[in-house]
Amino acid sequence: MGTYLLRRLIGTIPVMVLISLLVFLLIQAAPGDPTLMLLGEDSTQEDIDRARERWGLDQPVYVQYVKFFMSAVKGDFGRSFKYDEPVLDVIVARIPATLELATASVIIAVIFAIPLGVWAAAKPNSWVDNTGTTFGLFGISMPSFWFGIMLILLFAGILNILPSAGRDTYGISGEPITGFYILDSALQGNWAGVRDGAEHVFLPALALGSNMLGILMRVTRSSVLEVMHEEYVTTARAKGLVERKVLWRHVVSNALIPVITVVGLELGTLLSGSIIVETVFSWPGSGSLLVTALNARDHPLVTGLVLVYTAAFVAINFLIDVLYAIIDPRIRY
Amino acid sequence: MGQPEAGTTRRGGQWWRPWMRTKVYIGGSIVVIFAIVGAFGPFVAPYDPNHQSLESMLWAPQWFWGPHFLGTDNLGRDILSRIIFGARVSLLIAFAVVFISGLVGVILGATSGYFGGNIDFTIQKFVEVVWAFPPLLLALSIMAFLGQGLGNLILALVAQRWIQYCRVTRGQSLSLKAREFVISAKSLGASHTQIIARHIIPNLIQVSLVIGTFAMASSIISEASLSFLGLGVPPEIPTWGTMLADGRIYISTAWWLALFPGLSIFVTVLGINLLGDALRDVLDPRLKRAGTYI
Repeated sequence: MGTYLLRRLIGTIPVMVLISLLVFLLIQAAPGDPTLMLLGEDSTQEDIDRARERWGLDQPVYVQYVKFFMSAVKGDFGRSFKYDEPVLDVIVARIPATLELATASVIIAVIFAIPLGVWAAAKPNSWVDNTGTTFGLFGISMPSFWFGIMLILLFAGILNILPSAGRDTYGISGEPITGFYILDSALQGNWAGVRDGAEHVFLPALALGSNMLGILMRVTRSSVLEVMHEEYVTTARAKGLVERKVLWRHVVSNALIPVITVVGLELGTLLSGSIIVETVFSWPGSGSLLVTALNARDHPLVTGLVLVYTAAFVAINFLIDVLYAIIDPRIRY
Repeated sequence: MGQPEAGTTRRGGQWWRPWMRTKVYIGGSIVVIFAIVGAFGPFVAPYDPNHQSLESMLWAPQWFWGPHFLGTDNLGRDILSRIIFGARVSLLIAFAVVFISGLVGVILGATSGYFGGNIDFTIQKFVEVVWAFPPLLLALSIMAFLGQGLGNLILALVAQRWIQYCRVTRGQSLSLKAREFVISAKSLGASHTQIIARHIIPNLIQVSLVIGTFAMASSIISEASLSFLGLGVPPEIPTWGTMLADGRIYISTAWWLALFPGLSIFVTVLGINLLGDALRDVLDPRLKRAGTYI
């Protein structure tokens, strides 16, 4: 397994290099001269030439790419136009918020999807199954940003029981330790802070997790149905085991393997979903930062975020492979 | 893969199950209604979608008791008319995206699987790189750097969507090229292009149809997402995504602005997914598991 993982790890390097090349080419293809954009239309030719020389824009494209790549590897994506700070610092400050939201979404999706999927599979084609499958399809077909807006309308607008925006009520959370507000409050014994954080994260997490919930429910259902036909399940039944024990001990534990893979695959979708859901709920994470950067035409920040997001996605896919190799001993590469 | 349910063994077996028929009927009617509304938009819509009126700003839905069935927006534009024209734009873009992605994906997939070797390696490396972007992020970057516009929007949405076709059809053409009819065509002196065009691609159409249905659903959502973020088509063209973005600002005072465009997206996508589910079960049950995240 070690060799396989090493090979898999080395395999991600060319992919990351090519991704950086693709992003670089996109920047190159952007209409408009970046020098003119920064210096203004009324700058003299002499100013332009000097600026191009200073920023290395007078050099051949491949030299520019190598420079771009080397500084990206070092985590240097330049300075953000909007925040006037190094891009990496701006991004790193926003990551805990996104991770907190993503974690909450996955927890909500898994808690509801797995029992529902198992229940639906235990009684195939019953009303439970049909209702569950229909709701699963609803989750898949629902645009998360619209679901988010509707949740705001219902829970914040009409019922007025949950906050509609932000991560916390001002002044309620204590000193940041990890950057995860709920965890920080819990560590400091600030239960009002924990509650406040949970109330703020609930609606965005539900909106973001609904899609994953639908997909996980369907995958759990079909995976359980498939395992049910395995010989070892028949054996378990034949030796007189109670149906409930057959289901949970023999079927579910084996059926969860593909479910874990799908959780991993869907984490990527969750990452991109967070871009929109964070915007809807004014959640101060890296997703809403990307939208701000796009609207401000802050190209260094956009580039940095795109590369960080993609690196995270590649890393997740790698970790899923590792996890997969660990939990399924039948896999030998 | 074991049989997931009783009755799926025979192709026709599942078709007649009541739940299956319901899926086809509901999904089919939704898709047909929206397609007709989209196609005949200018004749069906009661108003010009961009007609502004200061007197009729933010009117609540009047249903059958007034001139504006679903109400008006912040500029006094008729919501129903905008939704009808939005259907036109959204469906047209999604259809173009599905068609172009299908064409690119199937041709590359068939070529990749048929030739193997270096061609296969190059295409698959490219697939791997494009696939390494989180969904939507590549489209977002393309729109951000290349700028707004219909052409760029379609390019941005196609950029990743052809991959699914390419992966599935590559696998299929790998097995197709070893079949007797391909070998006999080869021995009769058919060229590679002829074999791919006449013998490989026709056999990939069924599976592409299933992928295309799900791609249509996801394209509608992606287009709406980009428009919602202000990165879709220019603002003067009404789409469900831009309507939703406008409506979001008025959510506390005028709920109908955000409810109806979002509902249109949801219902259309649901209809297409229902139809896709049924189509997949009938045409290609093997895709059942993979299909959930197409």
